[in-house]
Amino acid sequence: MGDGTTIEITGLTKRFGAVTAVEDLTFTVEPGRVTGFLGPNGAGKTTTLRTLLGLERPTAGTATFGGTVYRDLERPFETVGAALDAAFHPGRSARNHLRVTATAAGIRSSRVDEVLEQVGMSEFAGRRVGGFSLGMRQRLALATTLLGDPRVLVLDEPINGLDPEGIRWIRGFLQSLARDGRTVLVSSHLLSEVQQSVDEVVIISRGRLVRTGTLSSLELDASPRTVVDAPDRARLAAALDQAGLEYTEGRGGFIVAEPDPGIVGHAAFVGDVELSSLHRLKSGLEESFLALVGEGEGEA
Amino acid sequence: MLRSVGAEFQKVLTTRMWWLLAIVLVGYVALMSGGFGAFLGWAAQNPDAAASAGGNTAIPPGVELAPLLYSFASSIGYVFPVLLGALAVTTEFRHRTLTTTFLAEPHRTTVLTGKFASQLVVGALFGVMGFATSVAAGAAALAAFDLDTGLDSSDTWALVGRGILAMALWGAIGVGLGALVPNQVAAIVIVIAFTQFFEPVLRLVSSLNDVTASIGRFLPGAASDALVGASFYSVASLGASDSLEWWQGGLVLLGIAVVTTVVGGATTWRRDVS
Repeated sequence: MGDGTTIEITGLTKRFGAVTAVEDLTFTVEPGRVTGFLGPNGAGKTTTLRTLLGLERPTAGTATFGGTVYRDLERPFETVGAALDAAFHPGRSARNHLRVTATAAGIRSSRVDEVLEQVGMSEFAGRRVGGFSLGMRQRLALATTLLGDPRVLVLDEPINGLDPEGIRWIRGFLQSLARDGRTVLVSSHLLSEVQQSVDEVVIISRGRLVRTGTLSSLELDASPRTVVDAPDRARLAAALDQAGLEYTEGRGGFIVAEPDPGIVGHAAFVGDVELSSLHRLKSGLEESFLALVGEGEGEA
Repeated sequence: MLRSVGAEFQKVLTTRMWWLLAIVLVGYVALMSGGFGAFLGWAAQNPDAAASAGGNTAIPPGVELAPLLYSFASSIGYVFPVLLGALAVTTEFRHRTLTTTFLAEPHRTTVLTGKFASQLVVGALFGVMGFATSVAAGAAALAAFDLDTGLDSSDTWALVGRGILAMALWGAIGVGLGALVPNQVAAIVIVIAFTQFFEPVLRLVSSLNDVTASIGRFLPGAASDALVGASFYSVASLGASDSLEWWQGGLVLLGIAVVTTVVGGATTWRRDVS
């Protein structure tokens, strides 16, 4: 298998009793690039990944690696490396955790020190995991996925808990894995968190697919907007209403669906409102992501 | 399959629980076997003093002291392999390590079989440690009072062998229990409450009546003592005259281990891991 493996999710549905976590989800993840799997908390990302890895049974549909479900893979650990919740026995050392896992997966034990080196954890190898920070657990989880030198990597919120230096490191690391022709799927609830490391995005919300495509296609979507704020927000709102401008209230003021700050400023002038800020919103990427997943409309 | 057994074995040896339990086992068995042996030896040499001191300390005629003392390793020590076996399963739920375990080996039956087999071995190792202790401490106590240690008798060594087998089976029973009751606290409470309280009481009560006595000998602890061939229970409880044959006792233990593991494996073990 020289050219990696494609992740194929087809008509996937998963219900827990009356709750539908994932509904009729279909998408594919191609090798050679980093794909961000995005959606707010509770959107069904983790359920999708756990189903893909055979940890949960789908209610309907399939989730496979090039047509083969995880448990039927010839050598699962050498095909797919997955990090889901960075959970370890607290009394076991990092090296021993990797040794045990390597034995279970049938991987030669010399790989243990190699992957520790790869994630920069060699000096902590003999320490018990119980004393590790979340960032170190994330690194150890990543080291575990690399044991089998897999063609596919599935990482659930790998950036969670990393310090800025760790985040920079993992971004470069994911990119280098994809350059080798591997399939890399990274989930996150924040687009901004993975924005600099992903090439493709798969966005879901409330269990349903809302968008797939390249990151740049999402950027095109992000129409420029204007941010405006005033000491007296009620009067500003009235003035915007008066001018017929559409807006939503954010932490830094009103986000107006109007690319030209001049028009917004004029509306304020007409309404006799003193402004504290008025500027154009440059990157609307996060906003267009939030608009896609339905946040800001009252859903948590 | 061998990979799973090996990995499960490593899991036991790379955490501290096994040697903590082993130390307690050795200490407990040494105290009981050596202490009880010294007391009985003293009572045998000073029958008058013993009678005036405690009254009812006389050993019933025909009871050999050596097997009684040596069997302490399993008659009181069996709780340790059960605990370790149960922990081997429940720890995976408690620390959420099942995810990694099932990613490394997605065939769950293979994983559970690996736990079953590895805990048989660990239980046997506990048996070796327990009997080494009970024979050393017991024989030393008996020799100190010039009583027969039975060390030159093949019966003694057959008892030790059956005892190690019993300890191995108890380890596997622990795996079955853990698979049935994945909640770690609940599993530990069940093991302690059953082995230290309910079963001893049930054995005593059931021995009072012929009908209940014939049922009571199928209790796991009674079956275990039957397999080993001696136990202080047989002296302590009043009329527990006919226990099971040793091989029947062994089959009862094996049956409990297999049934609990299969039922647990078909229920909690197959659930979604989330």
